[in-house]
Amino acid sequence: MSEFSRRDFVKVGAGGLALGFFLPRLASAAAPRSFAPNAFLRIDDRGQVTITVPRVEMGQGTYTSLPMLIAEELEVELATIALEHAPASDELYKDPALGEQITGGSLAIRGAFDRMRQAGAVARTMLITAAAAAWRVAPSACKAERGTVTSGKRTLSYGQLVGRAAALPVPADVALKPPADWKLIGTPARRLDAAIKGDGRAIYGIDVRVPGMKYAAVAACPVLGGTLASVDAKTALAIPGVRRVVQLDNAVAVIADNTWLARRGLQALVIRWDGGANAEFSTAKFAQDLEAASRKPGLVAQKIGDAPGALARAGTRIEAVYHLPFLAHAPMEPLNCTVELGPNGCDIWTGTQSPARARASSAKILGLPVERVRIHNQYLGGGFGRRLEIDYVEQAVRFAKQVTGPVKYVWSREEDIQQDIPRPAYVNRLSAALGADGMPIAWTHRMTGAAVMARFFPALVKDGIDLDAVDCAVDMPYAIPNVLVDYVRHEPPFQVGNWRGVGPTHNVVVVESFLDELAHAARKDPVAYRRALLGKSPRALAVLDLAAAKAGWGTPLPPRAGRGVSVQAAFGTFISQIAEVVVAADGTIKVTRVVCAVDCGRIVNPDTVRAQMEGGIVFALSALMWGKITFEHGRVVESNFHDYRVVRMDEAPPIEVHLITSSEAPGGIGEPGTAALGPAVLNAIFAATGKRLRALPIEAAR
Amino acid sequence: MIKLLINGKARALDVPDDMPLLYALRDILGLTGTKFGCGMALCGACTIHVDGQPVRSCVMPVSAAAGKRLTTIEAVGATPAGKRAQDAWLELQVAQCGYCQSGQIMAAAALLAHTPQPTDEEIDAAMSGNICRCGTYPRIRAAIKRAAGKP
Repeated sequence: MSEFSRRDFVKVGAGGLALGFFLPRLASAAAPRSFAPNAFLRIDDRGQVTITVPRVEMGQGTYTSLPMLIAEELEVELATIALEHAPASDELYKDPALGEQITGGSLAIRGAFDRMRQAGAVARTMLITAAAAAWRVAPSACKAERGTVTSGKRTLSYGQLVGRAAALPVPADVALKPPADWKLIGTPARRLDAAIKGDGRAIYGIDVRVPGMKYAAVAACPVLGGTLASVDAKTALAIPGVRRVVQLDNAVAVIADNTWLARRGLQALVIRWDGGANAEFSTAKFAQDLEAASRKPGLVAQKIGDAPGALARAGTRIEAVYHLPFLAHAPMEPLNCTVELGPNGCDIWTGTQSPARARASSAKILGLPVERVRIHNQYLGGGFGRRLEIDYVEQAVRFAKQVTGPVKYVWSREEDIQQDIPRPAYVNRLSAALGADGMPIAWTHRMTGAAVMARFFPALVKDGIDLDAVDCAVDMPYAIPNVLVDYVRHEPPFQVGNWRGVGPTHNVVVVESFLDELAHAARKDPVAYRRALLGKSPRALAVLDLAAAKAGWGTPLPPRAGRGVSVQAAFGTFISQIAEVVVAADGTIKVTRVVCAVDCGRIVNPDTVRAQMEGGIVFALSALMWGKITFEHGRVVESNFHDYRVVRMDEAPPIEVHLITSSEAPGGIGEPGTAALGPAVLNAIFAATGKRLRALPIEAAR
Repeated sequence: MIKLLINGKARALDVPDDMPLLYALRDILGLTGTKFGCGMALCGACTIHVDGQPVRSCVMPVSAAAGKRLTTIEAVGATPAGKRAQDAWLELQVAQCGYCQSGQIMAAAALLAHTPQPTDEEIDAAMSGNICRCGTYPRIRAAIKRAAGKP
């Protein structure tokens, strides 16, 4: 192991930690005796608790909230815990709902809430049993507290007990603390990764340094699905410090002594691409195809009563079509992967939401058993669903097959945006009939677009319907007697992927906008209209009432300002958001305030819930205002932050988050804040201007 | 050889004159706290201080920094404004993924050093070159105010 990694791995003082890219304790010859009752934690004979976190940290706070769950039951100080990235292993680190080692779907807390507490409680029980045996007293006479076991005046530290505890059988199931005894769960805790993210110590995939490492700049065929026809590397190879030019059937990499030389080398290549079948793909043409596909009936995703019949008989009938664009993820850390292939197998350093997939696929590419492929996961500089995909790992591994020694492959920002696996475009056709009281008696919603899960997670496709694609289009919280939701699958000729908020992000914006259209047609207040439909959804009603009260719903606003509301039940969490916008005389739209009420059941770290709502809202606002990926001649037009615009400081609204105290099962928090913003803003624009925007992004549609 | 003064230490680098500082810091000197985000001075992730001024190191050639005083995120805590910013960042729990935060803190430290009591407009002006995809802007604003001693 390098001096660099050894030095950087070692835990630093209270409240801080550093993570390197090896598992040093396993590599160290003089490993201290330790107690590791399960795959999530171990305690060494100095009492140091190390937690192997089964979900990755990409900003969403898992490296604090999951350790909180263990520390709560283990009875140790949170700030003294050292953290370790989990190695690739579905067996040890799978998400219970997905059955795979994936961080996504806003599932981390839901999958960890019982399991991590059990992991901590098992260890605590064994430490108490060990102390009780040493003292010849009953375990019930012993108490665990702050890393020690006490009984009367006797005390043993966890470090002193590891030898005895490690010799005990691991109990299958132990009692958990009652919520009334919780000291950590539900109380705001400082993030364990906050200090190292404020002084440059946190190591992301792109920061990994391996002895002897070279640096590569990469270009893949700009037409998705196209191939590399030819490369003239003469000029590039003449640059001092440029070492190799390596090719795949669809990409080329320049390997050099540093990133700058690699980038210069890449620019110096004369590359001819073969666009292949997608060479004339354009979003303009695809939009026409999508529109045509949306006119044919789809597969029925939900049917309540007889919506077509009720519509045919209705007096007041409303119809609308909503268009949503392709979107890029654009995490701040461009995609990258470092690979070293040697006689002992393959070492891969990267940031991935899917480490076990990365390992399995790399092993297949290399013809190695999976045991000989080691994924050294790192902090992720944003994920948003992009790092669920393993294409950038597979590409690096394919290059590595032709190379000796470690190489870090880094995508440029342009590559990151143009080789994204984008969020698909969708067309939504809706119709509704209102009764004499103005309330909806029939609702139909046909959503047309790609089935991301058919490729990414086929178990989520049932009877031809991508359950994620229709999530929140079906099972609306509103009581409407006749509902028909159908789904038309229409795929672009390239891979599309998961984008923060997944199905709910593209359905809630449509459902909640259209519901606002119905309220307007009924001449009713949008909050009152929703309230009247939420009689059977008390948690949805409660967040709506809280948001409305905190936002001052109904109080006057200046001219050309408006307020809009949304209600959402997604990822096991209930959210209502109220946005305020001001529309300038030239039509420029500015979101000036967002109020967000959340009921996510049991809360582990309230500050993290707030942070995820704030962040989810800003992430959504970028896409809402400007987000679109455009294809012309098979190529993505957008390339960097000047033409794939995102929210900046001066455009970020003040955000107020209000949490509901709840003893319901925990819900997800990473994604729902993103899904709920769109309709609140679109409804606010309508309130301000009377203009209903039914296509995104706003700046292209207004 | 290009001579640079980085975080108080004299360093001599054998790199091309036109190599942007970012790659010299990260690849040659191992100062990986300064981040690559866009390569076009659009995102601010690579912000460092050159003679106390915030600079996008992804577009500044090393030759242009010769003889100048460079400070990176690894050492900004030694300056009063940098320390105040880092402390406020911790107090308000700003970081999420954290990737942009080196640049954010460098931009904030430069702002606070020159404008100890910035207004909202001055915060906007100083910070709008720094992108955060996690959306930590409300907390960044609050942290700058905290560091400035404002409620």
